[in-house]
Amino acid sequence: MEALISILIGLLTACGVYLVLRARTFPVVMGLTLLSYGVNLFLFATGRLTIGQPAVIDAQAPGYADPLPQALVLTAIVISFAMTAFVIMLSLKARAELGNDHVDGHADEEGRA
Amino acid sequence: MNLTLVVLVPFLGAALTGWVSRYGRLRSAWMAGAVTALALACLLPSLPVPFAGETLIQRLPWMPGLGLDLVFRLDGLGLLFALMILGMGLLVILYARYYLDADDCMGRFYAYLLLFMGSMLGIVLAENLILLLMFWELTSLSSFLLISYWRHRQDARQGARMALTVTGLGGLALLGGFLLLGEIAGSYELSVILASGEAIRAHPLYTPMLVLVLLGAFTKSAQFPFHFWLPRAMAAPTPVSAYLHSATMVKAGIFLLARLFPALSGTPLWSALVIGAGLTTLLIGAGIALFKHDLKGLLAYSTVSHLGLITLLFGIGTPLAAVAGVFHIINHATFKASLFMAAGIIDHECGTRDMRRINGLWRFMPYTATLAMVASASMAGVPLFNGFLSKEMFFAEAANFFDQSAWSWVLPVTVVLASALAVAYSLRFIHDVFFNGEPHDLPRTPHEPPHWMKVPVEILVAICLLVGILPTLTVEPLLAIAADSVLQSNSPAHDLAIWHGFNSAFAMSVIALLGGLLIYAARRPLFMVAARHEGLIDAGVLFGWTQRTVIAAARAVTAALDTGSLQRMVALLLISALSLGAVGMLGVTAPLTGPATLVPADGISLIVALGLGAGAIATTALHRQRFTALIVIGVLGLLVALIFAKFSAPDLALTQLSVEVVTIVLLLLALYFLPQHTPAESSRVRRIRDLALAAIAGLGTAALAWGILTRPGETISGYFLEHSVPGGGGSNVVNVILVDFRGFDTLGEITVLALAGLGIYAMLKGLRLPGMTLDPHGRPWNWDLHPSIMAALTRLLLPLALLVSAFIFLRGHNQPGGGFIAGLITAVALIMQYLTNGVEWTHRRLNGNMHPLIAAGLLVGTLTGMASFVFGYPFLTSTFSHVHWPLVGDFELASAMAFDLGVYLVVVGSTLLILIHLGLMRSAAAQERD
Repeated sequence: MEALISILIGLLTACGVYLVLRARTFPVVMGLTLLSYGVNLFLFATGRLTIGQPAVIDAQAPGYADPLPQALVLTAIVISFAMTAFVIMLSLKARAELGNDHVDGHADEEGRA
Repeated sequence: MNLTLVVLVPFLGAALTGWVSRYGRLRSAWMAGAVTALALACLLPSLPVPFAGETLIQRLPWMPGLGLDLVFRLDGLGLLFALMILGMGLLVILYARYYLDADDCMGRFYAYLLLFMGSMLGIVLAENLILLLMFWELTSLSSFLLISYWRHRQDARQGARMALTVTGLGGLALLGGFLLLGEIAGSYELSVILASGEAIRAHPLYTPMLVLVLLGAFTKSAQFPFHFWLPRAMAAPTPVSAYLHSATMVKAGIFLLARLFPALSGTPLWSALVIGAGLTTLLIGAGIALFKHDLKGLLAYSTVSHLGLITLLFGIGTPLAAVAGVFHIINHATFKASLFMAAGIIDHECGTRDMRRINGLWRFMPYTATLAMVASASMAGVPLFNGFLSKEMFFAEAANFFDQSAWSWVLPVTVVLASALAVAYSLRFIHDVFFNGEPHDLPRTPHEPPHWMKVPVEILVAICLLVGILPTLTVEPLLAIAADSVLQSNSPAHDLAIWHGFNSAFAMSVIALLGGLLIYAARRPLFMVAARHEGLIDAGVLFGWTQRTVIAAARAVTAALDTGSLQRMVALLLISALSLGAVGMLGVTAPLTGPATLVPADGISLIVALGLGAGAIATTALHRQRFTALIVIGVLGLLVALIFAKFSAPDLALTQLSVEVVTIVLLLLALYFLPQHTPAESSRVRRIRDLALAAIAGLGTAALAWGILTRPGETISGYFLEHSVPGGGGSNVVNVILVDFRGFDTLGEITVLALAGLGIYAMLKGLRLPGMTLDPHGRPWNWDLHPSIMAALTRLLLPLALLVSAFIFLRGHNQPGGGFIAGLITAVALIMQYLTNGVEWTHRRLNGNMHPLIAAGLLVGTLTGMASFVFGYPFLTSTFSHVHWPLVGDFELASAMAFDLGVYLVVVGSTLLILIHLGLMRSAAAQERD
């Protein structure tokens, strides 16, 4: 299981990085989304993998998963939503101002599209 | 308590002074005077303590966890300086009221002056080194404001910038020195440090610590080679020079030498560095002062020279030298401040400060001339004036030093030469300005200044005379306690008499006086030599060159890295991160795989993982077909949620699930306004480079994850698991961490969320973008805007969804759920209405203004946190109790739930704010098209 998770984290990171390096805004936003999946999984994995033992206090529970990374990742998920939203709106704004969706933010030669 | 007030009153008064100046400029002068008098009054009750030989320490807890309190001490040295700062402050305030022109903003001036005064008082009264350093930096900042007071003048701005850079750099060095000193002594409190001098001097880190501390002191007190900022700071209004450059700012470095004298002095390194700097500064300052034609320039270099003299005395390091040093601090402050004020009067009345044009002023202002002559005589060290007394003690110490080593003849000889130069420039100040022929084309006809402008000078000159003639009756008690606290023991017997008999000190005095006369007599050829070599020893030129080079280098680096291409910057960032990671991995001999027992994989997990992997690759491969790629990403998010669910994280699974829905809806809406395809424009080389970077990054994170996962975990979560129920009143530990243990973090996070929402709102406001009419295959974008079956279904679902959200919210403290998830579910339920029924339809039924919701959420969160103040607990301490609800059963009601409500409101508000406004933009675009 650990190998699977490690490979997935690596794969999500690689795909995210490749897309972040693209020249247009939308692929970059998709890349950031993939990257945040990878990073969230990674953070989550630092608490190690536990099956069937959620961190809900119960007298009969044999043990608990590490709640701390979970709390961190929970807020990370929400914040990365805010970041994705912000970046995509920025790209809309750039499209409106510059007439294109290139990441370098140079205006079209023929002006607004 | 009163010491804290002494320091804080000027800071509070600064704001008040700036404010009252709106109602008349002179009111700010009165206010500044009143504030200073008040600070002085706060100091008075503690006056007997230092005179009784005790040290008063007052402590207010501030950051006890860091060992940093608002702790102030009052001993002889602190008292002497505090009295000088406040007393001189009063005189300068009076003087400046007449000095400043009608078009100078008086409120600003006095506000800056009080800021500076408060910072200075902080330095001299601080007991904690870190506290001292804070005030030290504050003096740098406030003196910057004062020097650049005439901000329309370029030289003022440049001089202020130079002073700030040099003293700021010194402050940085001082921070390093203080940190070392604190570590060596085991405490940042002066009482401890002053008592552990032996241990400090024997410590292996003594040398770097001393060098850093001295760098701080020398830059502040304008010691060679950092002296160049002081003359350039003369662009300040003269009251500022009189205050900062005679009694306060430049004395801060000297004060530090005196303050740390018992802890740091007495080693060969101390003597070498402090004597070296002091002696060089003494001589160079005196030499340059003689050749300055600018009145204030002469005084500035003379100040540099006298600061060198005091530094030298502390460097010599004998108890008597320290007494002489303290004495000269007092004397220099009095005669130099009065000279600056006199120079200001002359400048004010003549319109110029050039001594080649100002001559023969005796006829125009005999009274001011008399005052200035007394002060210069004191500066020259003429008997019966206070400068003579400390100078004679200085000569005695320099002469005694004569015996100690083979090279020591250098010291007395240089000292006498510098003193002769001091006599010469003092003579020049008197003779050139008040006699020596007639004035040459002065801009104004000089006359005596207004009476009250002369009063501060009169008071200072009176002190010069009184101390000079009756030292034991006037200054002796204060000097004794100040010297005691410098030495941290009883100061040696010293005789403040004018006549000590024919000894070596007297001989040196006579040689200096006669030598000075000779030098002044030979001034014309000397001036010609000096004119030929002007600017030869000017470290300011080197400073300017360094500054220009550093800025040019920084610009070159930026230009080389940043060509305006984001792709390039991202690639560089990745390469740097990967290189740093690789460097960290180098030389690691431990195996990548750790010893932990692994969890066996099962079939379903394998299928999910395969799906996720295939999806990630598909997204990347298909990224140019944006719509398809986006659908695949939606699936990926759901698979990630499954992974969270599998590995015992139900809260995460729920969050991921709801966030995924919102994100995909958002991206779909955005895609409506963006091109549907990405053009193929990356070159093959670029694609290969990016693939390589991506592969390395992926391999690196995978290896890291594998390394972590195969090692047994050590966690600090035991505490949270243990205290969740008894301390937080909830059994869902993840939620209790969010709203209770780490509630402050969560408050920060919802604030970020709120800011992102508001930022997006601001960006979208007034944004107009044309939307698509046809999809990529030429079909109309939609043929049924609001499918009726779906619309009916979602309307039906809304109350149900809201109920679920309320349920999730309420049970969140004990079962998976909570404010974040409930907020997202509510948001999804409402967004569904917008999607299926249209923005207008929904807007008619639901108020779309989300700002109050966000504000209410933040307010609820913050107020819940502050409620615990009322009960005397720290911010966000939670409390809980059990309530029996009919039908529902036993129910826990925690104050954290109110906080969670704040989280809920912010999440709903921000999410809807973002999506609604994007949707509004879409329908606006659609209407325009119709």
